[in-house]
Amino acid sequence: MTILALDWFLLIEKLILIAVIIFASLGVALYTTFAERKVAAILQDRPGPNRAGPFGLLQPLADGLKLITKEEIIPTHANKWLFILGPGLAMTAALMTCAVVPWGGTIDVMGHKVDLQIADINIGILYVFAVVSMGVYGVMIGGWASNNKFSLMAALRGASQAISYELAMGLSLIALLMITGSLSLRTIVEQQVGHVWNIVYQPVGFLIFFICALAECNRTPFDLPEAENELNFGYHQEYSSMKLGFYLFSEYINMFISSTIMATMFFGGYDLPFVTSHLTNPGTAAIVGIVVLMTKVVMFIFLFMWIRWTIPRFRYDQLMDLGWKKMIPLALANMLVTGFFILLKQNNWHF
Amino acid sequence: MAITHIIFWFLTALALVSALMVLLSKNPVYSVLWLVAVFFAISGHYILLNAQFLAIVNMIVYAGAIMVLFLFVIMLMNLDKETEPQKDIWMKIAGAVSGGCLLMMFIALVKQATEMTGKTALLKTGSIGLIENLGKALFSDYVVPFEISSVLFLSAMVGAVVIGKK
Repeated sequence: MTILALDWFLLIEKLILIAVIIFASLGVALYTTFAERKVAAILQDRPGPNRAGPFGLLQPLADGLKLITKEEIIPTHANKWLFILGPGLAMTAALMTCAVVPWGGTIDVMGHKVDLQIADINIGILYVFAVVSMGVYGVMIGGWASNNKFSLMAALRGASQAISYELAMGLSLIALLMITGSLSLRTIVEQQVGHVWNIVYQPVGFLIFFICALAECNRTPFDLPEAENELNFGYHQEYSSMKLGFYLFSEYINMFISSTIMATMFFGGYDLPFVTSHLTNPGTAAIVGIVVLMTKVVMFIFLFMWIRWTIPRFRYDQLMDLGWKKMIPLALANMLVTGFFILLKQNNWHF
Repeated sequence: MAITHIIFWFLTALALVSALMVLLSKNPVYSVLWLVAVFFAISGHYILLNAQFLAIVNMIVYAGAIMVLFLFVIMLMNLDKETEPQKDIWMKIAGAVSGGCLLMMFIALVKQATEMTGKTALLKTGSIGLIENLGKALFSDYVVPFEISSVLFLSAMVGAVVIGKK
């Protein structure tokens, strides 16, 4: 079926995949807000949300309804278009990252091979970086367009934090990419299936990546753009209703996606050790893969929350010191050591 | 009309309109945002030429980092429609004349490039833009210029630190 030089089956397949993955991301983000409140409650020895539905399971829906029905306010001297564009950009950038993540192996649908991944591009991880760096615009535009000093200060903080930690994040990934020799996320996962996960080769790289991911998602201890006691409420101070909801929501989606990236890059993605390489039926393998990946992601999200409710916030100069004077030199050293071992291995472990 | 042609014309129109809007916007923040749109359109062209690495690096470096710093400066100085200094009429005329000279030079160059007539860009083929080939070219054929340019960057960084310390 080829009209207009297009493979329509491919188009429909990808459209369905995109719809499923976007709605799944939104659903996961919805229940991450619930999980966050429950985890906070457990850590603070209180019951947490338990009124709406059994065990409070309908709480996120109630929260969403509350946000939608609130009055939408655009401040008089705000820049109207950019004020609306800000949360939209933040949300778009958060959702676009999931395009290159492999969610499972290949399945058969009506004789067609369907990869459980929207796009397997050979620059996968760089694409993630590009989209993440676009996310900064959502914060900056929103903060500036609000025409509020506190919003502007928070936006500038957020942007400089994101740029500073992107550097260390990129350097920590270069060491990993030197080992894998590929930028495609699917190839990176397939190299780990049936072998040792990358975390064994790159423990320091993972640590740097994880800390930078915390900073990129504006999570405690790096939540300076939202530091209430210094900046009232941060870059989304003037926002209300669903526009505020978009900002808060994009944070949770970012958390979900960065957990997925970490699981994919360092913890084998959809690989279950000793099992995945022996599954012959592609359907079963796909289901097992998705469940395994989701379990890993949930564990990372829990780690994010655990850190948030345990560790206090950094001061701004400490944040910058950590990023520029500790993370980047550490990542560079990690890169050198990795390069040394790769050369040694190519030389059959002789000097 | 194949799908690549449609995408090509769409991206071209987007790039030209955005580039015009960079100049025509009164508000500097809008100019920066339109410039980001230009970079996006050009990245799209790179992808059409199968130069995926160039496309994504263009987005990370220019749209993602340099333009954010531009936005930083503009926001910190709080430049806006009202506060932007208006140039006097002679400056505008001088700018138009020098810009026109540059345009004429470009047109003359394009007209002189006879070996390019009747040729179209290699769409979806060619592999020099892929990261593997680009890396090999940079680190074998062009290793000396590549390393010298990195020294240039280093000196720029040192210079920035020295100025910052004063």
